[in-house]
Amino acid sequence: MNDRDGRHTKFPHGLAHLGLDEVEREIAPDEPPPWGPNAELTQIGKSVPRWDAAAKVTGKARYTVDVELEGMLHAAVLRSPWPHAEVLDLDLGAAATAPGVRAVLALLDRPADKEAAELRYVGQPIAAVAADSLALAEEALRLIRVEYVPQAFVVDLEEAMGTHAPAVYASLAHEEIPSAGLPGRASGIPLRGNVRGADTQGSRGNIREGFAAAEVIVDRTYRTQVQTHSCMEPHAIVASWHEDGLEVWMSTQFTAGVRAQLAHEFQLPLARVSVRAQAVGGAFGSKSQLRLYGRAAVTLSRMTGKPVRLVHRRDEEQMDTGNRPSSKQNLRIGARRDGSLTAISLHAYGSAGIAFGAWAGNIASAMYSCPNVESLQYDVFTHASPGCPMRGPGNTQGAFALEQAVDELAENLAMDPLILRDRIDPSVVRREERRLGAARFGWSRRHLPGADAYPVKRGMGMAQSLWPANVQLNAACELQLWRDGRVEILSSVQDIGTGVGTVLRQVVAEELGLEPQQIQLRIGDTEFPSGPPSYGSRTTASITPPARSAAWQIKQALFRSLADRWQVEPEALAAHNGWIYLAQDHERRISWPDAAATLRTDRISAFASRSDDYAGFRSRSGDAAIALNDLGGVQFAEVEVDTETGVIRVVRVLAVHDCGRPLNPLQIESQIQGGILMGISYALLEERILDRHTGWMLNPNFVDYKLLGAADTPQLEVILLENYQGLSATDAYGVAEPANIATAAAVANAVYNAIGMRMETLPMTPAKVLDVLAQSSRRRP
Amino acid sequence: MAGLDEDRKNRERADGDSPHSHEMVSIVLHVNGQAHPLPVEPRMTLAEVLRGPLGLKGTKVACDRGACSACTVWLENEVVASCSILAVEVGDRPVTTIEGLTGDRSLHPVQEAFIAHDAVQCGFCTPGLVMSCARLLADNPHPDETDIRTAISGHLCRCGTYPHVLRAILALGKTEGSQHE
Repeated sequence: MNDRDGRHTKFPHGLAHLGLDEVEREIAPDEPPPWGPNAELTQIGKSVPRWDAAAKVTGKARYTVDVELEGMLHAAVLRSPWPHAEVLDLDLGAAATAPGVRAVLALLDRPADKEAAELRYVGQPIAAVAADSLALAEEALRLIRVEYVPQAFVVDLEEAMGTHAPAVYASLAHEEIPSAGLPGRASGIPLRGNVRGADTQGSRGNIREGFAAAEVIVDRTYRTQVQTHSCMEPHAIVASWHEDGLEVWMSTQFTAGVRAQLAHEFQLPLARVSVRAQAVGGAFGSKSQLRLYGRAAVTLSRMTGKPVRLVHRRDEEQMDTGNRPSSKQNLRIGARRDGSLTAISLHAYGSAGIAFGAWAGNIASAMYSCPNVESLQYDVFTHASPGCPMRGPGNTQGAFALEQAVDELAENLAMDPLILRDRIDPSVVRREERRLGAARFGWSRRHLPGADAYPVKRGMGMAQSLWPANVQLNAACELQLWRDGRVEILSSVQDIGTGVGTVLRQVVAEELGLEPQQIQLRIGDTEFPSGPPSYGSRTTASITPPARSAAWQIKQALFRSLADRWQVEPEALAAHNGWIYLAQDHERRISWPDAAATLRTDRISAFASRSDDYAGFRSRSGDAAIALNDLGGVQFAEVEVDTETGVIRVVRVLAVHDCGRPLNPLQIESQIQGGILMGISYALLEERILDRHTGWMLNPNFVDYKLLGAADTPQLEVILLENYQGLSATDAYGVAEPANIATAAAVANAVYNAIGMRMETLPMTPAKVLDVLAQSSRRRP
Repeated sequence: MAGLDEDRKNRERADGDSPHSHEMVSIVLHVNGQAHPLPVEPRMTLAEVLRGPLGLKGTKVACDRGACSACTVWLENEVVASCSILAVEVGDRPVTTIEGLTGDRSLHPVQEAFIAHDAVQCGFCTPGLVMSCARLLADNPHPDETDIRTAISGHLCRCGTYPHVLRAILALGKTEGSQHE
């Protein structure tokens, strides 16, 4: 397919089930030739078993909480009991001389221009102790004396917007304000009281003219709660400072990123810091940064010269390791009678506690065609722990509002919600996902809202996802071929349960004509080339293309070695099924180990980093870029609502998703199921509750903070498209976040279809359902 | 070796002054077919002793109050949350952990089924789920979906592996004449 100079090359293009065409791309000479569609490949597109499954099912997988080093100390953290207080004095003396204590560290700085340090949320770290055992460290915390002067505080979003609310920040000028971590948000946005805004990204056209042209307008206020990540393995670090550098084991989504932060903060060369994450017990956006606890453990190790282990207790984990910010979204949409949108106005207020970045995403401004959009997004600071990115940050909150508003608009236009979306959604992929999903789900059996007889009413609903296809450019790997035939892939990329290790093996095995289990993985360690983070649904898209490029380069080197010996051109050789063949004469062949034995040296190596997408990027910023394509997905939900108890039961969900070329369908199905279940849990159960009188979290445990369990898991079905775009050496993209974004909205639309009432607030608890049902009965004549 | 001396001195100081040390009691824990005589503090949970002095780190602690079942082990033939039982309460009842599940086999059929059906993501809750599913099959070799849901209803899995766990155990339970003890 490719011509000899490897420049202009044709790639499979389109949705496989509809029939493929080709697209021509110009690629660099060191890029491998295109793969055909999955049907033509041996390892790709197959549900190869997860590479680390055996270690995980036998309990042999090593997580950070399992790391034990010789002489290791244990750290505990003293946390603020006050939501807002000045600290006049912090006396660590008695704790420092307590039994078994090796070091005590203040974690609170008094600003240079102030008399006192300030605490802004319950659970904020004040000091840390390292001792011979955790019990001794915790015991010593009680000896730390703190002189607090409690101050007025506010933990409720809408209260915090009031003009007389206690201010979290006097100004934004001199404060180190944590960010909920969303890239590309404008700086220099003004602060008034506790409200910072507006961020107007995504606005366009003339909103007044847009609404003037509207024939139908829907207008509601939606509210979403604070959700905690609730990782099963708590945030954990073991830090070991020694003379020639720093070694860190951390439960993290981004070993290379944490290394860069450590090198910067402790003024060490990058090459003298190593960060390891073998198994990671869940992250979902909350484990990408070093954070204060990480700095504390490293500092305590530097102070004592011993390894220090710091692991969050479950209540600390729930209170202070990040969360999905809340939102209050006023969303107005105007349309003509034919369904075309004339105006979208979103006024979104969210609270990430003391952090900024609590936006409701770009979904309202970016999903549908509309010439006039007003997107005004505000951060509302509260005396609560800082939020951080969580699976589909922003767009998950935004979808709950947008997708219900579009559902309502369809009803007001007397249109099927799918037909309305066919009119206003420019994505041809989602159009196909709607068509396939509707047929499979039995959408035509959907009845009018509230049509079922009492007491248990059924309903169907659907909603859509939108997420950018992110790519990490600072993403690399090395491939080593040893003379005994062993192949190793090396990268700092970490497998946090996404299965990236499995697909790396598949990609390399496909290229080399080997079996996946013949490829040895050495990942999760910054001693190897820097891999991408496991966030932003970007890991597979970022690391599989360089892995394939490196494998292709190794194969070329091996072919050159053989070609000399066989007196043929290297181009005449092919690798398949553990053999290397002469392409015209299959009788002339050599096994992989025998071929490797012809190498001049014990080991050869190829290094590759992520090249640009072949058709370029939409945008790039620092180490990251956004691809031309979007990640979509359409989800359908069926629910039962018991109108006597208010209990919502999700009966089944059908999810239709695309992620470019699917590398391992079963792993992708696992990840999509996980996104859906997290979405149902968000829709029905989860809510961080802060006591407005004390600022304390009332449910910092798994007894009172409810997570979805197996008993409430509905029937799930996943339809996965093969969407070829010819954008990289693997053409594979991510799916973790799109799988979560649409779910709560799909459930809410199904609840509307069941009971004929809109659920404007998450989570949709029985009390809220009974409340809207009571309103509806009051409205009846 | 000044560092080591200092270590020892500090440990002795810690032992001498610790508010807990004088409460050490000697017990014998029977774990995975082996008797382990060892001193424990009365406040220590079974999970702490398994993961600490015994070094059996396959048992995971996630919630530390019996609400997530990640720490599930067998006490005789019952599944228990090892984070919510004190080591001194165990007595001479045999404990089986994930490390002792397979016996001479390399993998228990439940583990093979988990691998085949990809009932694993981050894997932190997985050993506990394996222990509950293996117990279920030992007691009821052909469970239906309701039996399985009930058996794992106390387990929390944030990655959402439940559908694949159900699929794996249903398939295993349908195996002709299966015995999973």
